[in-house]
Amino acid sequence: MLRKLTALAVAAGFLFAGPALAESTQAPLKHVNWSFSGPFGKYDQAQLQRGFKVYREVCSQCHALNLIAFHDLGEPGGPFWSPKYPNANENPWVKAIAANYKAPDIDTTTGDTIQRPATSADHIPAPYANDTAAKATLGGAPPDMSLLVKAREGGPDYVYSIVSTAVVTPGAPTVTAYAPTPAGLTVPAGKYYHPYLMGDLSSSWTGKGPPPVGGIIAMPPPLADGKVTFDDGTKSTIDQEAQDVAAFLQWASDPKMEERKQLGLSVMIYLLIFTGLLYASYRRIWRDVGH
Amino acid sequence: MSGPSTYEPKTGIERWLDTRLPIIRFSADLLDFPTPKNLNYWWTFGGILAFCLVTQIVTGIVLAMHFDPSGAGAFLSVQHIQRDVNYGWLIQGIHANGASMFFLAVYIHMFRGIYYGSFKPPREVLWLIGALIYLTMMATAFMGYVLPWGQMSFWGAKVITNIFGALPVVGPSITTLLWGGFTVDAPTLNRFFSLHYLLPFVIAALVALHIWALHVPGNSNPTGVNVKDKSDTVPFHPYYTVKDGFAISVFLLLFASFVFYMPEALGHVDNYTPANPIVTPPHIVPEWYFLPYYAILRAVPNKLIGVFAMLGAIGCVFALPWLDRSHVRSMRYRPQARMYFAIFCVAVLILGFAGAKEVDDPVINGFAGFTFIDSNINSWVWVSRICGAYFFAYFLGILPFLLPLTEKTLPVPETISTPVLSHPAAAPAGAAAAPEMKG
Repeated sequence: MLRKLTALAVAAGFLFAGPALAESTQAPLKHVNWSFSGPFGKYDQAQLQRGFKVYREVCSQCHALNLIAFHDLGEPGGPFWSPKYPNANENPWVKAIAANYKAPDIDTTTGDTIQRPATSADHIPAPYANDTAAKATLGGAPPDMSLLVKAREGGPDYVYSIVSTAVVTPGAPTVTAYAPTPAGLTVPAGKYYHPYLMGDLSSSWTGKGPPPVGGIIAMPPPLADGKVTFDDGTKSTIDQEAQDVAAFLQWASDPKMEERKQLGLSVMIYLLIFTGLLYASYRRIWRDVGH
Repeated sequence: MSGPSTYEPKTGIERWLDTRLPIIRFSADLLDFPTPKNLNYWWTFGGILAFCLVTQIVTGIVLAMHFDPSGAGAFLSVQHIQRDVNYGWLIQGIHANGASMFFLAVYIHMFRGIYYGSFKPPREVLWLIGALIYLTMMATAFMGYVLPWGQMSFWGAKVITNIFGALPVVGPSITTLLWGGFTVDAPTLNRFFSLHYLLPFVIAALVALHIWALHVPGNSNPTGVNVKDKSDTVPFHPYYTVKDGFAISVFLLLFASFVFYMPEALGHVDNYTPANPIVTPPHIVPEWYFLPYYAILRAVPNKLIGVFAMLGAIGCVFALPWLDRSHVRSMRYRPQARMYFAIFCVAVLILGFAGAKEVDDPVINGFAGFTFIDSNINSWVWVSRICGAYFFAYFLGILPFLLPLTEKTLPVPETISTPVLSHPAAAPAGAAAAPEMKG
């Protein structure tokens, strides 16, 4: 009987308590006209390269990109793809990027764990050995970014809205807030109010009326004007950096998008013609049958 | 109606084989099968469903070659398929979206059966096997959704298996068997993978029975009138192979637009976060094709009764041949039944919509409402209750009791060909005039 009651309570908890917790809100996301949206959209390779630089110089301090191997950067549709190097492992940019990293390995004679120069086959090393190590240093484990765009409602617009929002003080080298903290909202030390973060602020809210939209985020505002120097001469503003890194993370989530849309076009054209032929055959075969 | 075989073995080897294993005769008879000539496009979904099943099995077998059904590896192996396996993104995209396409087709197929009375004598067994296929499909799809081992996979599995746990007496044993432990964990994933591979072949066997049961009385048709003689029918091939082929091709256009241009549209973003037993997603929702049942489950304040309501909703589908007893098969000639059926379709659609909402969300923003039976009158719970009540009223009240008392049916044509030839667009020409004289 007790077990039955427990099972019922558990089921009840999941079915009814779950939704009751969910009063998450966020400000309507900022929308960007991405080069990759729409059925014919493609990645802007220069943008992916800039975005990779933002990831490497800013995001990768805390966020891993575990699913991306160095050679992925040189595969078709990737930031460093070049038709001159159909084998991404021979791509000089890929090799040069990998050479900057160390990859963990086992010494083949002693069996000791060692760090050796990374190769194009290695995945981009994570900033922390594991989530516990990240928590010990940062107070929380930042999410892996490989699938971040697919794992958030709004996709690239969400990532862009999170990192492009900032209160910029002229002359100050870093940004210290995403948005002015509404009076009546208690934000714990070392954390930040963010209007675009999906969250529920009712427990931190003592002001009048309903709590503000958004949530509390542990990540300090990551970008600043001029923080990353773009090699192609593009002016480095917060907005530019944010767009570029969101586009790069879109690619990281969906590296086969260009191949998919390209094949999709051929398939749709084929199917349209095939459907037309079948319809003509159908009309012809049935022409003498009253129905 | 299946009638005597028309196959005549022509070559020596065919005659030799025909007396030992008449497999060519069997295939020839399938192709020649006399099929009513007035089947409309709603009848093409049988062929579309066969196509869906084959697609799911073929892509699934390939996916199983690359998938790692372990708690630690499942999520990453799906990404490995998407990123590293040649055309893995395509095969996985077809399989994941194919499940939705399969359910879209099966729902249309079922509503067609309800509307045209395809379950009525002598097709009750045909309908029951179909309902069994649908039930097996639900189990297969549910287990398949668990395999990527994302957050929604994990928590969906938790919610659904806990539903069985709510059953009296047998509940805890069932959940232990499903989980392979004391909660949803790696062993659950492992056994779901095993069953997810097994059940499609059970479906394939049931489909064979379904087609067998179809070929005994033959197809129903939009008029619901029995086939009187050969002039009412055409051979399945080439008439329906080409019509079904055309319909499958149109269906493929829809299918491909999802696979190539909106591969994530029918999924849930939370399933791109690996399963984490200590973080509950804010909003657990099943796949779209389960939403009407989910809405019924959540509409009932008592959980156990909610579970029985949900199971009862599926039970109504099984019992339909004994609930709708009207002697007129097709709702073409049942204007009242048609009206209730239309409301039923709308109610199911609204239930699906309500199932995707959070229960306490207001339906009309800004209207405070008041609480009645545990829930605000202006909440999706009450929308679900009203539509759920209609769902059961339709099956258990309107069809078996109300309609037999009040219904006035329209005159039914004597033969399939009569309405065909009275149709202005089909002016008798050449061979088409013959059935009229025989009728």
